[in-house]
Amino acid sequence: MGRYVVRRLLQMIPVFVGSTFLIFFMVYALGDPVAALFGDKAPDPATAARIRSELYLDAPLWKQYLHYMGQILTGDFGTAFTGQPVLELMADAFPVTLRLTIVAVCFEILFGITLGLLGGLRRGRGTDTTVLLLTLVVVSVPTFVSGYVLQYLFGVKWGLVSPSVSPYATFDELMLPGLVLALTSLAYVTRLTRTSVAENSRADYLRTAVAKGLPRHRVVTRHLLRNSLIPVVTFIGTDIGALMGGAIVTERIFNIHGVGYQLYQGILRQNSPTVVGFVTVLVLVFLLANLLVDLLYAVLDPRIRHA
Amino acid sequence: MTTTTAPLLDVRDLHVEFHTRDGVAKAVNGVSYTVEAGRTLAVLGESGSGKSVTAQAVMGILDTPPGRITAGQVLFRGQDLLTMGEEHRRRLRGAKLAMIFQDALSALNPVMTVGAQLGEMYEVHQGMSRSDARARAVQLMDRVRIPAAKQRAGDYPHQFSGGMRQRIMIAMAVALEPDLIIADEPTTALDVTVQAQVMDLLAELRREYATGLVLITHDLGVVADVADHIAVMYAGRVMESAPVAELYARPAHPYTRGLLDSIPRLDRKGRELYAIKGLPPSLTAVPPGCPFNPRCPMAQDICRTDRPPLHPAGPGRVSACHFWKETLEGSAR
Repeated sequence: MGRYVVRRLLQMIPVFVGSTFLIFFMVYALGDPVAALFGDKAPDPATAARIRSELYLDAPLWKQYLHYMGQILTGDFGTAFTGQPVLELMADAFPVTLRLTIVAVCFEILFGITLGLLGGLRRGRGTDTTVLLLTLVVVSVPTFVSGYVLQYLFGVKWGLVSPSVSPYATFDELMLPGLVLALTSLAYVTRLTRTSVAENSRADYLRTAVAKGLPRHRVVTRHLLRNSLIPVVTFIGTDIGALMGGAIVTERIFNIHGVGYQLYQGILRQNSPTVVGFVTVLVLVFLLANLLVDLLYAVLDPRIRHA
Repeated sequence: MTTTTAPLLDVRDLHVEFHTRDGVAKAVNGVSYTVEAGRTLAVLGESGSGKSVTAQAVMGILDTPPGRITAGQVLFRGQDLLTMGEEHRRRLRGAKLAMIFQDALSALNPVMTVGAQLGEMYEVHQGMSRSDARARAVQLMDRVRIPAAKQRAGDYPHQFSGGMRQRIMIAMAVALEPDLIIADEPTTALDVTVQAQVMDLLAELRREYATGLVLITHDLGVVADVADHIAVMYAGRVMESAPVAELYARPAHPYTRGLLDSIPRLDRKGRELYAIKGLPPSLTAVPPGCPFNPRCPMAQDICRTDRPPLHPAGPGRVSACHFWKETLEGSAR
């Protein structure tokens, strides 16, 4: 197990370098950051050259990349063109997105697994068909539709929640955005759980559990769910990585100043340090989430642990 | 009291259907057999003969749907399991009647340690604490001769060899010293060398606890050593049922005779192996009359129209053949 973790950590290094270099290349090499700094005006060549030299932009791309990575490793993500340190922007944005992610994942676990279990246990019957249809509808409706509709209904028409989120973005304010963000994944979790439960309830070991004379709730929780949730847990783990990537649409709808919002602003204003810095951290988050999933998989399934 | 005289297990005229896309498959068509306390009944038949489905109906683990029990009774010590409340029946399962499955690897839960799976029996049926149950599980593993039982109780099913896994299945079945064990092809998935060991262990434990045993198999060789009585099944019916020695010596049904004749014998080495001609019928289209008639060398017109009843063919034996008498006489050797 220990060697497995070390191997996985080592595998992460080339992935991290490769993906960050690609992002770096795309953002810096394909656009001209100095020109972007001046907006519509053409910069004075002498000033431009001075800025280039100051910002290390006259060096070859691979040198720029190494320089940047070296700075990141010491905790310096640079300064946004607005003058604010990127690290400061991150300190504001990531906690908000983290809270939003927690709310969304809770919804996925609570509703997704419950509905999936119900459907799977009653496959082919009314409950199952209803659940399947509902998930299909949820998957088909894009977030910007479901987001605005739920915001209008709960926030404006019924006044149950505030339609936009304050800068503090507390948990109770994030309930509705979290639900909107979770909807699609929730539908997937439901379908995944349902299929897994339906499949496992035909398994031989489940028949054994019944033949042992175990009460139904024990058969379902200890034997059926424990086996059925293996793929679901891994899906949710991967999804945490994706959700942390910021829900650009959801954050826009509810005016949440999280990661998605900052990235959106950064891209819009060609604010390269912000974009590269955020994406680099996101790459790390994603890699860690994937590592977590793989380790979790081994914990949940002894057949992998001992392989 | 009927319970004192009633046999341990009395299956009466059981009918089970499966609703499939191709139509209704009549897997079990009026099966009857009895098992006396402490005795062994071998249920013999090809795949699809309904022997496993009958066992599942007795245990109450039939997949419903698509399966459905349409008629019959399953009397356990005189009580009908089929009309009994589910909670009552659940308490009997595992404690009074237990089952051993064919493939222990898929029949054991892959994500639970074997110790936990064995201990669960004591926790649920006897309300034992987890640590006591675990200690009993280790004793049980010791009893079925699993080396280093204490350490191995923490292992998962896939870490055991096939023979060891089947021992765990057997341990699970005898855990609460049930009155009846149904073993569904317990040695089919094992290597030949291990088969004998597992079969011996099962026979030994059965004797020790004086358990009744229903041994489902298609292996004629296994049956002769351990069974007291044999029921031969074909297309969801019992064709013949007789004490072992008599059935082997003088079969009273052409199907049984065909089966016995198709065992390879050393004294006929070099000669062509006998095989029953044709294939078993599809369960969605069982021929009218006797289901064996299209393959039977003795078939007459009556076999194609009238279903033969179970004729008494001697003490403790019945045969579902119109010509049981002729068969019996013809098979005197």
